[in-house]
Amino acid sequence: MPPADTAISLDRAVKIYKGGTAVSGISFDIAAGSVTGLLGGNGAGKTTTIAMIMGLVTPTSGSVTVLGAQMPRQRHRVLHRLNFESPYVDMPMRLTVRQNLTVFGKLYGVSDISRRILDLAAQFDLNAFLERPTGKLSAGQKTRVSLAKALLNHPEVLLLDEPTASLDPDTADWVRAELMKYRHERGATILLASHNMAEVERLCDRVIMMKRGQIVDDAPPGQLLARYGRENLEEVFLDIARGRGRAQDPVSEIAS
Amino acid sequence: MQPRHYPASDAIAFSPQRIFAMVLRYWYLLRSSWPRLFELIYWPAVQMLMWGFLQLYVSENAGFFAKAGGTFIGAVLLWDILFRGQLGFSISFLEEMWARNMGNLMMSPLRPGEFICALMIMSIVRLAIGMVPVTILAIGFFDFNLYSLGFALAVFFMNLILTSWAVGILVSGIVLRNGMGAESMAWTIMFLMLPLTCVYYPVSILPAWLQPVAWMLPPTYVFEGMRALLIDHVFRADLMIWAFILNAAYFVAAVIAFLALLRSARAAGSLMQTGE
Repeated sequence: MPPADTAISLDRAVKIYKGGTAVSGISFDIAAGSVTGLLGGNGAGKTTTIAMIMGLVTPTSGSVTVLGAQMPRQRHRVLHRLNFESPYVDMPMRLTVRQNLTVFGKLYGVSDISRRILDLAAQFDLNAFLERPTGKLSAGQKTRVSLAKALLNHPEVLLLDEPTASLDPDTADWVRAELMKYRHERGATILLASHNMAEVERLCDRVIMMKRGQIVDDAPPGQLLARYGRENLEEVFLDIARGRGRAQDPVSEIAS
Repeated sequence: MQPRHYPASDAIAFSPQRIFAMVLRYWYLLRSSWPRLFELIYWPAVQMLMWGFLQLYVSENAGFFAKAGGTFIGAVLLWDILFRGQLGFSISFLEEMWARNMGNLMMSPLRPGEFICALMIMSIVRLAIGMVPVTILAIGFFDFNLYSLGFALAVFFMNLILTSWAVGILVSGIVLRNGMGAESMAWTIMFLMLPLTCVYYPVSILPAWLQPVAWMLPPTYVFEGMRALLIDHVFRADLMIWAFILNAAYFVAAVIAFLALLRSARAAGSLMQTGE
């Protein structure tokens, strides 16, 4: 049984696809109101882990609990309290930004959608292209629209997959500030998958490192740096990806 | 910063607002694309005109066809309700796959039943846009008024649309589970029914061993009923009752299959990808 203030809990979650094992029995609890980074190279199992948390993929064994609901079986109890942003899904391209936000606002049961869209348009600087088809936006504009969609329903749990990947450094920095503001205002729980180590260092209270479907480390960013004797998370990431051990405590021991 | 408390929340029940949201999404799409609107009308119109002129020609040269006035045009129009109804359902579903939007929908509070309801409503909207002008053309060109069938037309329509939804639901489930490699089924599956449902000829024309297969398909009863009405001026309520019974069974079976395919898609991870 996870602690009472746990927003997300995975207990020995396993996902095996036809092609092989994507996630090998991982367990972690994420405290409500925290920001957690999920790091790992390609094929580490991050996307599958997030998909299991969102109820998009059924674990082969083990359990995934979000806001007290077993996923995906009880997902309809909580989906209106979650939201996500991912580069792997698009919004309908022929619909204008306003139309898309209206449709998703209705799907999520947002009250006073017009007001909420205006607020988000101001927050993410969307006013100039609210009436433009979403397919005609630049990659950066689309990301901002996706983030606006992700915050439409004031989610208590927000899952972000590479939220600033296609943004210029200035806009990316501004988006990070908006996300932190949202977290502080709403007490939201954020799980973030990113390859931008500086972003993870700045935003996250805790980092879960994954490799080949397993968790190879799990600690606050500062502790990870100390543990590996490194200056930044990028160096820690490379150590883990290339199988180099911790300063005191080899990765191979953790993995075994 | 205070972590938020999470009250226990019961499942949100079936929501008309979410169904309306999806209908609105498809309506925005239709409205923004004149080729999509044009496509709804032109092919039914071409079909109706071709068969109408053919019937006109043969009726002037054969006594039977002179007597059976309107059966070809009626058959074409009713077939189009069946075919376009299924296509309207399936295309709205495929729009989500083409737009890579399925992930957004599947991770939203939208329930499968609400999604199906929205697709059924859109199939009627698309059908109305396509068929109403064509039925008016049929009056102008061939003096054939489909609406003069009155109550019988309503019963024919309900039976045909139920079959088209059952097929559309099943095909959508298969595409959801197997990806866009199965897309062609949406366009072709109804043509498998075309010879067996006896759209243009009576069931008695089929070989004896094939007739029981034809009678397992609800549209067969509708087309037989239409011929009885237009040729013998008799409304065959018995045929319509059988069609309803079969349709109810197929519709329930299709929904169960869709839910099972959706579960299987979640297990296989195919909701995460929309390609082949």
